[in-house]
Amino acid sequence: MNSPHALQPETIAIKPPGLIHGVILGAFCLGFGLVLAITDRLTLDDIAARALEDRQNSLAQVIPTSLHDNNPVTDTLLMKNAHGREITVYRARKQGRVTGVAYEIFGTGYAGEMKLMLGLSADGRVLGVRVLAHKETPGLGDKIEVKKGDWILRFNDLSLGNPPAERWKVKKDGGQFDQFAGATITPRGVLAAIRGGLEFFAANKAALVEAK
Amino acid sequence: MSSSNYKTIVKDGLWDNNGVFSMLLGMCPAMAMTTSATNGFGMGLATAVVMAASSLLVAVFRKLITPEVRIPVYILIVAAMVTLVDLAMNAWMHELYKVLGLFIPLIVSNCLPLARLEAFAAKQPVLPSFLDGLFMGLGFTIALTAIGAVREITGNGTLFADASLLLGPAFKAIELRVLPADMGVLMMILPPGGFLVTGLLVVVKRMLDLRAGKEIQMGGAHSVA
Repeated sequence: MNSPHALQPETIAIKPPGLIHGVILGAFCLGFGLVLAITDRLTLDDIAARALEDRQNSLAQVIPTSLHDNNPVTDTLLMKNAHGREITVYRARKQGRVTGVAYEIFGTGYAGEMKLMLGLSADGRVLGVRVLAHKETPGLGDKIEVKKGDWILRFNDLSLGNPPAERWKVKKDGGQFDQFAGATITPRGVLAAIRGGLEFFAANKAALVEAK
Repeated sequence: MSSSNYKTIVKDGLWDNNGVFSMLLGMCPAMAMTTSATNGFGMGLATAVVMAASSLLVAVFRKLITPEVRIPVYILIVAAMVTLVDLAMNAWMHELYKVLGLFIPLIVSNCLPLARLEAFAAKQPVLPSFLDGLFMGLGFTIALTAIGAVREITGNGTLFADASLLLGPAFKAIELRVLPADMGVLMMILPPGGFLVTGLLVVVKRMLDLRAGKEIQMGGAHSVA
């Protein structure tokens, strides 16, 4: 019986290269390629539907459903943020009037970019913030997720002037928001993202809430 | 194959020739994904599914695969299985996918499935190969859960935190707080902790094997059948 060592060249007689090996490899590639293509087709619609549900769920968390009678997922506006990045703005309306907006904001964390969804009322108050994607250390930086802690809920109802701009920082930087034990960079990044999101609203208020 | 050989496959996979603690394979996910017991468990399970499926396929096609092209074919099969599992879970088990989805693409870079295809499935009938893939995967799951548990307890003071997100609300009860929150040693969750705990657990396994009078298997120089 052969030993399970990964490579044992001495036990394998390498024959001169032959066409047959290429044909075999090609046949396997073709076969599995086909299987993957079929699976991709079969799952395409379901995956798109799940992605839409996810978006709807994350929107529902940052804009209360009582605020709108439209579907914000389909009422969108394409804009450029302060860094020139294109973002989709979702608008909540009641009887045609814009009652709230939501859009993605971005912050730099300990392990790369963090993507969040920020929901604001028409007068610029935070309705809710949720983390959509991040690569922070599990058990440390991931307390920004709502399912792992209520830290992210403390921003509800705050706005650009409340607290004043210089207090929109973690305590370590002289602001008023707690960092977590062992993680300062993550909350600092989230705070910067939210402040950036609020400034974006202030700069584009007319375009965002004007009913069209 | 006799039933005693199946028993050897099970014992080899789960303990005697454990992928992590005996063969020291799959070290990358074993250290990177074990910041908590739940993460280790999820990564292990996803790997076990892919290993069982690819071992089965390689055993089915073993007479067709010539030695010259076997490595690319194995990689092709593992990668195809990973992609299939990824797509299917995203479409039809979306809640589980949101938790495990992060781990699935990482299985391609794990050398444990490839090692078992080469060492076992390439030469054995379909059923033993399937079992070998499955139990090697489950052994991997046990190892990752153990590493994750030690790191989580020492680093964060908890055990199986967020297990209910992976396994369903019924498992809320196994989420434990072992030590007060401020007693955790941060280093255990960071990469050095992965090396420390993996090394210590390898020592523990060898001591247990020695005490049981077993021969230490270096690098898995042991065979079935």
